[in-house]
Amino acid sequence: MALKLDSKIPAGELAQKWSNHKAAIKVVSPANKRKLDIIVIGTGLGGASAAASLGELGYNVKIFCIQDSPRRAHSIAAQGGINAAKNYQNDNDSVYRLFYDTIKGGDYRAREANVYRLAEVSNLIIDQCVAQGVPFAREYGGLLANRSFGGAQVSRTFYARGQTGQQLLLGAYAALNKEIAAGSVKSYPRHEMLDVVVENGEARGIIARNLVTGEIERHGAHAVVIASGGYGNVFFLSTNAMASNGSAAFQCYRKGAGFANPCFTQIHPTCIPVHGTQQSKLTLMSESLRNDGRIWVPKKKEDVEKLRKGTLKPSDIKEEDRDYYLERRYPAFGNLVPRDVASRAAKERCDAGFGVNETGLAVFLDFKTAIERLGKEVIKQRYGNLFDMYEEITDTNPYEQPMQIFPAVHYTMGGIWVDYNLMTTIPGLYAIGEANFSDHGANRLGASALMQGLADGYFVLPYTIGDYLSHKIQAPKVATDTPAFDEAEKAVKEKIAKLFAIKGKQSVDDIHKRLGHIMWENVGMARTKESLERAITEIQALRKEFWADVKLVGTADSFNVELEKALRLADFLELGELMARDALMREESCGGHFRSEHQTEEGEAKRDDENFVYAAVWEYKGMDNEPELTKEPLNFEFVHPAQRNYKD
Amino acid sequence: MNFTLKIWRQKDAKSHGAFETYKVSDISPDTSFLEMMDILNNNLIHEGKEPVAFDHDCREGICGMCSLHINGHAHGPEQAVTTCQIYMRKFRDGQTIVIEPWRSAAFPVIKDLVVDRGAYDKILQAGGFVSVRTNSVPDGNAIPIPKKDADESMDAAACVGCGACAATCKNGSAMLFVAARVSSLAKLPQGRVEGARRAKAMVAKMDELGFGNCTNTGACQAECPKSISIAHIARLNREFLSAKFED
Ligand SMILES: Cc1cc2nc3c(=O)[nH]c(=O)nc-3n(C[C@H](O)[C@H](O)[C@H](O)COP(=O)(O)OP(=O)(O)OC[C@H]3O[C@@H](n4cnc5c(N)ncnc54)[C@H](O)[C@@H]3O)c2cc1C
Ligand code: SF4
Ligand code: FES
Repeated sequence: MALKLDSKIPAGELAQKWSNHKAAIKVVSPANKRKLDIIVIGTGLGGASAAASLGELGYNVKIFCIQDSPRRAHSIAAQGGINAAKNYQNDNDSVYRLFYDTIKGGDYRAREANVYRLAEVSNLIIDQCVAQGVPFAREYGGLLANRSFGGAQVSRTFYARGQTGQQLLLGAYAALNKEIAAGSVKSYPRHEMLDVVVENGEARGIIARNLVTGEIERHGAHAVVIASGGYGNVFFLSTNAMASNGSAAFQCYRKGAGFANPCFTQIHPTCIPVHGTQQSKLTLMSESLRNDGRIWVPKKKEDVEKLRKGTLKPSDIKEEDRDYYLERRYPAFGNLVPRDVASRAAKERCDAGFGVNETGLAVFLDFKTAIERLGKEVIKQRYGNLFDMYEEITDTNPYEQPMQIFPAVHYTMGGIWVDYNLMTTIPGLYAIGEANFSDHGANRLGASALMQGLADGYFVLPYTIGDYLSHKIQAPKVATDTPAFDEAEKAVKEKIAKLFAIKGKQSVDDIHKRLGHIMWENVGMARTKESLERAITEIQALRKEFWADVKLVGTADSFNVELEKALRLADFLELGELMARDALMREESCGGHFRSEHQTEEGEAKRDDENFVYAAVWEYKGMDNEPELTKEPLNFEFVHPAQRNYKD
Repeated sequence: MNFTLKIWRQKDAKSHGAFETYKVSDISPDTSFLEMMDILNNNLIHEGKEPVAFDHDCREGICGMCSLHINGHAHGPEQAVTTCQIYMRKFRDGQTIVIEPWRSAAFPVIKDLVVDRGAYDKILQAGGFVSVRTNSVPDGNAIPIPKKDADESMDAAACVGCGACAATCKNGSAMLFVAARVSSLAKLPQGRVEGARRAKAMVAKMDELGFGNCTNTGACQAECPKSISIAHIARLNREFLSAKFED
């Protein structure tokens, strides 16, 4: 049985769709809201803003997170900024332009209606955050400051030093605290959802593990919202926080929710290169650096050799011997091309033998020109904390020598399929933020994830969820002593017992690193039919090995980080295969998904709009069975998909 | 590089803890402190022993999840960094490193090096917010804010809520943490409206939760990974006095 996909996109003119929809959907009266319970999984920008807004509306909300405080969700780490179509710079920005840039940046693989709505509510986000006391950067006149990000020719990114995610999350967390104090939201930190409970085809609650005591708990609700973030850690090394994982989303998939475009992964061009084998994660150097930093490698191989041997300093290489390859290839956007383009260009130069460090996997990001033009003080003001962070990690002073950077896994555009109301294919189950398959198509523009998380949580879900819950006002409290809860709890406990029973030889990390290696080599920046088929076979074998040879220590009924990691890895070992399958099926290149077989003569991604203008939605058929594909066609009514051009 | 590690091990909140000694070898100087802990833990797992529990997440100094007293200093001997931002090149080859959890009555140990910092959430729930509803706010540029004020607000808002201040203070006071939030909002017109009420409610909550009194020793500022200045405590005191005055 294929999935039934009804995107519920409202009819009418693009700019009217959201207003029309809001007018058409049902609302729930205050008296009835008090009787309705909602569970939110995740306290990042998506989850925190949703829970705070829903609590404020009068619903009873429970919110869960893995960390010891909601304030520590991975969103806290976002550095660069958040987009909005305010046009405060008077550079002819508009809702339409932000919409257009986002659709184009995503290589025409997102829904027009969703992206337009995102651009439309973007301005409200800035107003909301300012009112919450978010200390955005300001100009001397007291007004809000902006910077530029990749994929845009206007300056529409709002920021708070290099800590934008932190400040936005502290705003949302404060709004959440206000509601916790008011009693409308109850917070469950150090709790991990291990399953979603579905009864009569509808979401009814979750099974969670108290990470301190190990207790398995049941929580019922009239609706469940997944805001659990992205699954980039399937690659082991990524810029994501250590606890970021794909399990909550994967449980939903296992219970019947469609999973869309799993192979759309963003590889971020400016990260600190990998060194050695003891590394646990990769560090991002914010895209904002590309405002003033110039990316280059030497033109001459002999300079490359000397750099690698350490007999030549980068600053000694003359201007005419430097290849500013982004400026050369993409004159119109230069260093500010979208991420997928910048990452591939770096790979192209390194593959051609121009990588500047011992491993050959690094390019320069240089501030020399900017320091000459603006002075060191200005650069320090703009990026001081990033420069400090770079020096702390690499022991090199970026004011004197250029930074070395290389692409790294950063964000996942794929995720749980949702309709225009952000509801999954399971009624009553919603997905927001990075966890859903999102508005970013095949590539996300910088500063747009924070925008999407807060758009979903503050301005979309609180309205659309009412449409579903208006049918539940007669429903009693959700009982958790039903067969569906019994079964879900039993399955979770059995899975945990099974893991402890293996008593194998390899630690969770040993196996996770191997999975990461398979993914990076075969399902990374350049994918081929062969590499993807190889990945599928190797992941299947590794999964068998995991279930036969993983070694857990400690007990289930106590604080046990190894158990947490093992449960997440078990899901990554299925998710990785799903990503490879999706990438294999998509016989085209688009955005971050680059199939080497499908490129233009100049090495750019070559889309196939005849055959692939759809979201690929997968349905789970069991751990060792092939999932079933259903296509959601994308109808471009208002923009005409063209080959992306960042050259002129 | 090789190191000897003396680490506090404690089964759970109810058990007594004790130091245990471990050795790690072949550590690259470019390895971070927590990666060194990962290596130790991976070794322990292979020996069938329970790994050392410690808190961490972002590993780039922003989430505030990592903690640890390292050789007697919160977040290690280095200034202005969190534990996750320390690299082994900062230690001597062969050095003995003593690793303990936060020691503070208000932060009970959960296991090994992991403590319960829920009290900080509770303090913020008492008033660390601006009472605005979603979608009921003026345009972002409606109220200009002097750059200096926005910058100072941002300085205070850099607090990551790690708990090092209370864990370092001989009185176990959370004053720097409270002051950072109060001060950040006090510098903005949006936060001013509830300024007095906020200061009073948060300080009362802090007292109620068993944190000690501030006697201005300045130890917190020295150990704060974000260099939050004790000048914010002075601002908190002003807010607090004006609250008293209003009563
Ligand atoms: C280093 C870095 C820098 C970035 N910079 C930018 C930027 O400048 N601009 C931009 O727009 N975007 C940026 N991004 C992307 C952006 O930060 C994320 O996409 C976004 O914050 C995701 O928010 P979220 O709310 O969807 O999820 P997250 O913030 O990832 O939160 C996930 C939450 O779910 C919880 N959770 C997960 N699984 C479970 C479970 N099973 N049970 C209970 N709880 C669970 C977690 O505890 C957490 O609270 C950056 C990302 C990284 C990695
Ligand atoms: S004030 Fe400093 S030490 Fe205290 S919680 Fe904040 S960041 Fe940590
Ligand atoms: S792990 Fe996030 S601050 Fe150290």
